[in-house]
Amino acid sequence: MSAESLHAEVLTPQAYIQHHLTNLTLGLHPEHGLAFAHNAEEAAAMGFWALHVDTMLWSIGLGYLFIWFFRRVAENATAGVPGPAQNFAEWIIDFVNENVRGSFSAKNDMVAPLALTIFAWVFLMNLMDLVPVDLIPWVFGQVMSIFGADPHHVHMRAVPTTDPNVTFGMALVVFAAVIYYSFKCKGTLGFAKELTMQPFGKFGLPANLLLEGISLLSKPLSLSLRLFGNMYAGEMIFILIALMYGHSALLDVSGMTLQLAWAIFHILIITLQAFIFMVLTIVYLDMAHQEHH
Amino acid sequence: MNINITLVTQMIAFVLFVWFCMRFVWPPITKALEQRTAKIAEGLAAAERGQQEQELGRQRALDLMRKAKTDAAEIVAQAQRRYNEVLDEARRDAQAEAERIRHAAQSEIEQETNRAREELRERMAGLAVAAAEKILQKEVDASAHKALLDSFAKQL
Repeated sequence: MSAESLHAEVLTPQAYIQHHLTNLTLGLHPEHGLAFAHNAEEAAAMGFWALHVDTMLWSIGLGYLFIWFFRRVAENATAGVPGPAQNFAEWIIDFVNENVRGSFSAKNDMVAPLALTIFAWVFLMNLMDLVPVDLIPWVFGQVMSIFGADPHHVHMRAVPTTDPNVTFGMALVVFAAVIYYSFKCKGTLGFAKELTMQPFGKFGLPANLLLEGISLLSKPLSLSLRLFGNMYAGEMIFILIALMYGHSALLDVSGMTLQLAWAIFHILIITLQAFIFMVLTIVYLDMAHQEHH
Repeated sequence: MNINITLVTQMIAFVLFVWFCMRFVWPPITKALEQRTAKIAEGLAAAERGQQEQELGRQRALDLMRKAKTDAAEIVAQAQRRYNEVLDEARRDAQAEAERIRHAAQSEIEQETNRAREELRERMAGLAVAAAEKILQKEVDASAHKALLDSFAKQL
């Protein structure tokens, strides 16, 4: 609890929350040149050409963990009696495969690996939410202070899915796949027809285009915002609970109880969000493969 | 909270992960799964076949046993029959042999008897000649005559 009490005593609650919600941003600041942002304002001033180093590190690290584990299993995969690692991987693959078979009727070898990647990667990134909110930022701050940085201006967000860049990035890739397969399977004409000729027939063309356009564009938006919103809100609640520590014994105890309760509930949420992202991706791709509507 | 170039790097990372998963992870594992499914199905079929074969083998063994039993009984009966035959034959042979030996003995006895009788006749004739010779030499003396006749009779 030392990390929490340290921050709570030194910082105002607003500054504490702000600190937690700022990424480790590397970018070109109009005044300071290429540097890490010291606060949220500096990060915002860097504009589009800035990189969230913490998001990159954690997401790619976790993605690599997923790939490393499954690749190791794939290399040693045997049709005989599987070891514990293979058993675990097969359990997940069976689960994903079942969902793909249940929701995806066309034939495409890309969909199942895509679904597996989404499920495992999103789950791992969400899982970071169960690490105590202050632990990783505090450790990182201490490490950086060795190199002479002020821990209060070192930012570190360990849950990549609370960064909209991650969720939008994934949703946009899925959306690109949806558009690609829509064109490929329905043809340009078929896709155009689907967007304009229904549900009201050819005389309701503008209304059709509006409705179908909105429904098409809402796919990536809902996909990314749902995951982002859930994880962001979850992290926010962990931060708010962390604010309770260090004032009185009663608040400490209730804070611990709340944190435990929320963490247990969160296990459900992080799994569910990973699952929903996967299933919706499969469903959207299935819709893109349907030739008639 | 800002949308920035991270979005693009995330998209690239995501695409790379999916590509790698599709290329190097998914196929080997699902292949292993399919192979295991096939293997299990094969094993179950083999077990089924084995059971059928076992049942068949049991049936065959039973048949063989039954056949062996009837064969053995037949062989025993045959042997019994043959034994009786052999016994009868031996008995018949023995009877015939006995008969033959008896006949041979009888004819030998007859021959012996005839020969003895012949010899006796010859000896009697000799004795009669000798007695006549003695009677002629000593003249007839009643008592002497009687003693002679007695000794003659004794020699018969």
